[in-house]
Amino acid sequence: MEGERPASPARSSGLPAGGADGESPGGGAPFPGSSGSSAPPQGEVLDLDEDEDDLEVFSKDASLMDMNSFSPMMPTSPLSMINQIKFEDEPDLKDLFITVDEPESHVTTIETFITYRIITKTSRGEFDSSEFEVRRRYQDFLWLKGKLEETHPTLIIPPLPEKFIVKGMVERFNDDFIETRRKALQKFLNRIADHPTLTFNEDFKVFLTAQASELSSHKKQGPGLLSRMGQTVRAVASSMRGVKNRPEEFMEMNNFIEIFSQKINLIDKISQRIYKEEREYLDEMKEYGPIYILWSAPEEDLVDTLKDVASCIDKCCKATEKRMSGLSEALLPVVHEYMLYSEILMGVMKRRDQIQAELDSKVEALTYKKADTDLLTEEIGKLEDKVECANNALKADWERWKQNMQNDIKSAFTDMAEENIHYYEQCLATWESFLTSQTDLHLEEDSEDKP
Amino acid sequence: MEQAPLDPERQLQPAPIEPLGLPDSGLEAAVGEEAEGARDAGSGVDTMTENNFGLKKIEISVSEAEKRTGRNAMNMQETYTAYLIETRSVEHTDGQSVLTDSLWRRYSEFELLRNYLLVYYPHVVVPPLPEKRAEFVWHKLSADNMDPDFVERRRIGLENFLLRIASHPILCRDKIFYLFLTQEGNWKETVNETGFQLKADSRLKALNATFRVKNPDKRFTELKHYSDELQSVISHLLRVRARVADRLYGVYKVHGNYGRVFSEWSAIEKEMGDGLQSAGHHMDVYASSIDDILEDEEHYADQLKEYLFYAEALRAVCRKHELMQYDLEMAAQDLASKKQQCEELATGTVRTFSLKGMTTKLFGQETPEQREARIKVLEEQINEGEQQLKSKNLEGREFVKNAWADIERFKEQKNRDLKEALISYAVMQISMCKKGIQVWTNAKECFSKM
Repeated sequence: MEGERPASPARSSGLPAGGADGESPGGGAPFPGSSGSSAPPQGEVLDLDEDEDDLEVFSKDASLMDMNSFSPMMPTSPLSMINQIKFEDEPDLKDLFITVDEPESHVTTIETFITYRIITKTSRGEFDSSEFEVRRRYQDFLWLKGKLEETHPTLIIPPLPEKFIVKGMVERFNDDFIETRRKALQKFLNRIADHPTLTFNEDFKVFLTAQASELSSHKKQGPGLLSRMGQTVRAVASSMRGVKNRPEEFMEMNNFIEIFSQKINLIDKISQRIYKEEREYLDEMKEYGPIYILWSAPEEDLVDTLKDVASCIDKCCKATEKRMSGLSEALLPVVHEYMLYSEILMGVMKRRDQIQAELDSKVEALTYKKADTDLLTEEIGKLEDKVECANNALKADWERWKQNMQNDIKSAFTDMAEENIHYYEQCLATWESFLTSQTDLHLEEDSEDKP
Repeated sequence: MEQAPLDPERQLQPAPIEPLGLPDSGLEAAVGEEAEGARDAGSGVDTMTENNFGLKKIEISVSEAEKRTGRNAMNMQETYTAYLIETRSVEHTDGQSVLTDSLWRRYSEFELLRNYLLVYYPHVVVPPLPEKRAEFVWHKLSADNMDPDFVERRRIGLENFLLRIASHPILCRDKIFYLFLTQEGNWKETVNETGFQLKADSRLKALNATFRVKNPDKRFTELKHYSDELQSVISHLLRVRARVADRLYGVYKVHGNYGRVFSEWSAIEKEMGDGLQSAGHHMDVYASSIDDILEDEEHYADQLKEYLFYAEALRAVCRKHELMQYDLEMAAQDLASKKQQCEELATGTVRTFSLKGMTTKLFGQETPEQREARIKVLEEQINEGEQQLKSKNLEGREFVKNAWADIERFKEQKNRDLKEALISYAVMQISMCKKGIQVWTNAKECFSKM
C-alpha cells in the first residue's frame, strides 16, 4: 500500500509565520535531557540583532522550543532560532543553525542532479566564520552519513530521505519530491547539530563549511577503498557468526526495535493511505458542490437555499485542504522519518553485535589456543575496551533517541488531532450558520402560512 | 379518454389533508369527512384536524416486511417480500387509535395501484413508488433487493407513497385506493375489472412518440423542460453523492487501522503505552462512527430520489396534455378538410386532388343524386366533427385547468419537502461534525498524555 509522496506546499526556509498560527504542537512537551524545564519568560527583549523587525513574530510561543525535534511548526531560519534560544534556561545552548533551501538543477553531459544551498550560522569558536554558505548534492549527504557511521558505529545516526521512490514517480525530480527531500535533508543536518557528540564531528564541519573542491579532496582522505572493503567483509563475516552473548539490556533493546519497526512501518503506510483517501474525498466533493448550483438554476423558490448548500460544501472543501496540508506537514514527515530510523536502529544493533562478535571470536581463539596467546590477550584487552565504549555510547544514545521519539510522536499525533478538531469545527460553523439562515427564513415564511 | 373521478362509484367519503415531509412509521394522514367545500385542488394543503368538522383521522402505516415464497404465474417458485399495511382510525375525542384494517401486499400490487391511478387521473401528478431496484448505490450498500437495509428503506418508501395518496385532495377519494387498504383478497381482480388497461393510451407509454403539436400550452412545454432538468440534475447529484459517501467511508475506516497498531505498539512502551492504547480506542470509535452517519445520509438520498421519480410523473401529465392537444388539432384539421371537400362538391370546383376527382375524370361524372348524397354524408360528418371538436376543446380546457391546479399544489409540496430535505442534510452534517470534534478531542487528550 505504498502511498504517493504527499503534496506539500512550498515552504520557504526564510521567515515563516511559525508561531503566528496560534497552534502549539504538543503543548508542554518536556525538553529532552532537561528535567522539569520551566516555561521561559515571554516577550523578552533581545539584545541580538535589534534591527530585525521580524523578531516580533517569533518571540512568543515557548512550546515551539522543542530543541531536539525539528517540528515543522518551528521557524526554521537560523536567525530566528538564535532569538528563540535566548529565552531558554537551557544548559546546553544551541549555537549551530542550519537551513537547507534553494534546490537547483544542474545539467551536465553525463547526468542531471540537484544541489541544495546550505546555510550555517554559528557562534562557535572552532568555526572560522559565523556564517557559511555551500552547495551540496544528495551524494554528499550520503558521504557524510557514511563517515558518521564509520566514526561512530554505535551511535544512532539520523536517517536520510530515500534515494528515490520506487512506485508512482513519473519523473525523478518533480516538485513535491524535491520539497519533501529538502525538508528531510534539513532535518537530517539539524539532528546532527543537536546531537551532543555528532555535532563536533570533523567531517560534519567540513560538510557544512568547505567549498566544493575542498570537500572532494577531503573525501579522498581516510581509509582507502580496499581497506573499506576489507572492513565490510569482516563485518559481514562476523555478523554471520551470530550473536551469542548479547547482554540482557541489548536483548530488550533489540526486541523493542523489532516490534517498533513493524509498527512504525504500518503507521507510515496507514498515514499515507489516509492522506490519499482524503485527497480522493476532496476531489469528489469539489464536483459535488457545483451540482447544487446547477440545480438552483431552474428552481425559483429554492435558489438561495441551494446556492447556500453549494457554498457550504465549498467551504468544507477548503477545510479539507487545510486538514490535508496539516497532515502532510505535521504527521507524515515525522512518521516517515521514524520509519527510516527503525532501519537505522537495526543497523546500529548489528554493528554493536559485530564489535562484540570480534571480541568473542578472539576470546574463543584464546580458549582453543589457536594463535599466539600474548598477542591475543593484548588484542582482547583492546577489544574489551572497544566493546565497553560501544555499548555505553549506544546505551546513552538510545535513551536520548527514545526520549526524542516519544516527544516527536506525541507532538505529531497531537498536531494531527488538533488539525482534525479544527477541520470539524470549521465545517460545523459553516453548516450551523446555514441552518440559522434557513430557519430564520422559515420563520418568516411560516408566519404567512399555517402554523 | 376518461377524465377525473367524478364517478361516485370510485369516490370515498372522507377527504384527506396534510401532505407530509418524510414519513416515520405511523405518520398521520388526517382524513376528514368534510367533502368538497374545504378544498379545491389548488390549495391542497391546509385544513384537517379542525375538530369543528368532527373529522375522523386515519393512520396508514406499512409496518412490516416479510420474505415469502410462492408460485408465480408460470408456476415457478419465487421469493418476494410482502409488506403489512395497517390502517387505524383515530377517535378525535380520546385520540386512541383502533386498528381497522390490516393486510399484506407485495410491490407488484403497489405498482398495479399506481398504474390504475395514472390512467384514471391523468391530470394529477401521481406520487411515485420507491425504486424497484437499488440504484446510485455506494459500494458498501448492497444492490440486492433482498438485502434487509434495502427492504427497510423500501418499506418506508411504500408507506410514504400511501400517505402521499391519502393526503392528495383528489386521489384520496378513490375507491380502488380504499379497497387497496381494506380488501386483501380479490383486490387485483377488482382493479382489472375496471378495465383500466384498455383505457390506457399506449401512445402515452411510448417514450419516443413525438406528437407534432402546433399550439401546446406554453406552461406545459416549460414544465416538461423543467422536469427534464430536474431529473438530470438529481441523477447527477445522487451519483456524485454516492461517490462522496464511498470516499468518506474510506477516510474513516482507514483510521481504524491506527487503533489496532497503536494497541500493539503500546505493549512495548512504558510511558507512552497508556496514551497510545486509549488513543487507539478513540480511533476505533471514529472509524465505526461512519456507518451510522452514512445510513442517515441514505435517508436524504431517498428524499431526493422521490423527487427524481416525481419528475416522471410531471412529464406524464405534460404528455397527456400534448396528446389531447394533438388529438384536438388532428380533429380540427380533419374537420377543416371535410368542410373544404363539402364546399368543393357544392360549388363543383376541384381545388384539391382527390381519388374521387380522378375517378370522376376517368370514369365520367357522377350523377347529381350521387353528389347530393355525398354532400349530405359530409354535412353529417361535419356536424358530428364540430360537436366532437367542441367537446374536445372543452375537455382540453378542463384538463389544463385541473392539471395546472394540481401542478401548483405539487410545486408547493416540492418546495417545502426539498427545503426540509436540505435542512435535514445540514443537520446531519452538523451531527457528523460534532461527533468528529468529540472523538478527536478525546484522542488529542490521549496523545498529549503519552
